[in-house]
Amino acid sequence: MSENCLSPTRRGLLKAAAGSAALLAPGVFLLAAPSPSKARPDDTATDSSVRWGLLVDTNRCDQECTACVDACKEEMGLIGKGRPATDAQYIRKVELAEPKTGFTRSLPMMCQHCSNPPCADVCPTGASFKRADGIVLVDRHICIGCRYCMMACPYKARSFAHEKLEDQAANNPRGKGCVEACTLCAHRVDAGIVPACVEACHAKGRGAMLFGDLQNPEHAITQVVAQYPTSQIRADLKTDPGVRYHGI
Amino acid sequence: MPDLVFKELNAKGTAFRALFVILAGLFLIGLGAAYYMEHSGHWVTGMTNQVVWGMPHVFAVFLIVAASGALNVASISSVFGKSIYKPIAPLSALLALALLAGGLAVLVLDLGRPDRLIVAMSHFNFKSIFAANIILYTGFFGIVLVYLWFMMDRRLKYKSSGPGTFAFIWRLVLTTGTGSIFGFLAAREAYSSAVMAPLFIAMSLAFGTAIFILVLLTVCAIDKRPLGTVLTERLRVLLAVFVAATAYLALLQHVTAAYWAGRVEVVAFVLLNGGIYTFLFWGVQMGLGTVFPLALTLVPRLRSHATLAFASVLVVLGGLAQTYVIIIGGQAWPLTLFPGYEVESSFYDGIVQSYAPSLPEILLGIGGFALALLIVAFGMAILRFLPVTLADAQIDPHAKKRLMESEEAVETA
Ligand code: SF4
Ligand code: SF4
Repeated sequence: MSENCLSPTRRGLLKAAAGSAALLAPGVFLLAAPSPSKARPDDTATDSSVRWGLLVDTNRCDQECTACVDACKEEMGLIGKGRPATDAQYIRKVELAEPKTGFTRSLPMMCQHCSNPPCADVCPTGASFKRADGIVLVDRHICIGCRYCMMACPYKARSFAHEKLEDQAANNPRGKGCVEACTLCAHRVDAGIVPACVEACHAKGRGAMLFGDLQNPEHAITQVVAQYPTSQIRADLKTDPGVRYHGI
Repeated sequence: MPDLVFKELNAKGTAFRALFVILAGLFLIGLGAAYYMEHSGHWVTGMTNQVVWGMPHVFAVFLIVAASGALNVASISSVFGKSIYKPIAPLSALLALALLAGGLAVLVLDLGRPDRLIVAMSHFNFKSIFAANIILYTGFFGIVLVYLWFMMDRRLKYKSSGPGTFAFIWRLVLTTGTGSIFGFLAAREAYSSAVMAPLFIAMSLAFGTAIFILVLLTVCAIDKRPLGTVLTERLRVLLAVFVAATAYLALLQHVTAAYWAGRVEVVAFVLLNGGIYTFLFWGVQMGLGTVFPLALTLVPRLRSHATLAFASVLVVLGGLAQTYVIIIGGQAWPLTLFPGYEVESSFYDGIVQSYAPSLPEILLGIGGFALALLIVAFGMAILRFLPVTLADAQIDPHAKKRLMESEEAVETA
């Protein structure tokens, strides 16, 4: 199945030619990602004319590949203690299978940077918050570790720091007893660089992830979502995620 | 009603001292458990990134819910003018405060950062039902304290119905608020239901009454205060009604959910194939905690203080089981991210989550119970919360008169 997700491949192309699914034109993502952005100076506020988002082309995501997950761990300094139930995971690979048809897909799942984030709605102290540019973060200084946000997140996107943390990455200060999640690599985005997962996926030649400003007509992501069918996960919950998926 | 003489507990009695030492010990053990969990981090507990709320939350929610129900006796006396409950109304208010304090202590001690309590008190996100609850809980302390003062001050005694009514309304809102913590979790299929709020109100009345009965019986026993049956008979009926209402709403919760497309599976999970959760639901919550106590309270032949106490213990156990099924069972059921697909991941997507409560979590919960009862014991030792006698003739002079009349009738005959 894995090679089926690799596009362009012979089977992938054949499938596209047969018109079985609305696959993206081969190369669209590869050409477009990673999209550059301007750095945000430290002393300026985030800007609501921007809505950072991600597009995942599941047709291009390989089941065997964990480049995005590995890159995230590296970037964010997520050193596990070999305890899968309590170790933090900001991004994970989810394997889907439709029992009726045998159709399978593999995709990365992370904080969806909801426009109406339930995590922020329930957070008693306001530690969970959405920046003007759509990135949802946890303020580690006022998080009391109640985990209500984890109860409320429909995507199981958050982790709780269950133990003392050593060797932290400078760009991701973590704290025992606080909740954490994907930051959409806000530190990189603010410096004008795409998130680590997007970069890794691109470097691996998959090009299954596209990052950009969903409100900027010049950004590839905005053009692609206008041309091809994409979906939001659990759209029925009206969280309006900033992460969109193609191919499921 | 003759003027009742209220008196402090005899703190020098051996039974009282023994009880106090045991409670203090349990409380200290709970504190130690909290310190251990806090120091090592939560990985030493049964809680994980999948089941994020565990045993401490079961105990905390149980105690907080019971707190508002414990106030019921005072409410009936002040709000609904049933003067027969007046002698035990102050104790009911004290118990309400104590249970709330115990529950909140457990909740706070389980936070990832309990040291930031001050942050929770100074940063409010008004959209959050949690933040609203912080205000409701704080308000509850204030209002019930004023109410207690009105009840216990001789000069204000007869004006206590105002604060009483206010406390009554406040506590209904408070329980609704606690229920809404779960009702607002749209993504969790087991929770988002309109029945949650009334269910929590019924639960509060049942649990609160049960604990009140146990405290009353214990206090009268260890302090050797006469306790007739006029009061306990009424409490028995109240307990039965509340237990039945709770069971009815719990069933209603599942029946209504079953009609909701896509919810059938989670209902079946709790009711039929959920393993421990199904066992706790039918065996402990419904069987041990509902049917059994109903039989004990309703079958006339079984009426005695001993069976009433036993029934109350069962209601408490059933209530803990019910809270466990709601809190843990609701999280064990996987979130549906991709309807129609089978899913799998390194983050336990798509499977029923496992949770095994750890000893420190349970000890912390028990510590919360102990703290609540310590507050009651301490309060009763320093202030006059209960009359020296609750004998029937004191509580209900008419009962005595009726008795005398019937005796006279027998004699003259
Ligand atoms: S995915 Fe979860 S954590 Fe991320 S913004 Fe949405 S609700 Fe919050
Ligand atoms: S755990 Fe932290 S971020 Fe999450 S709801 Fe509680 S205070 Fe907010």
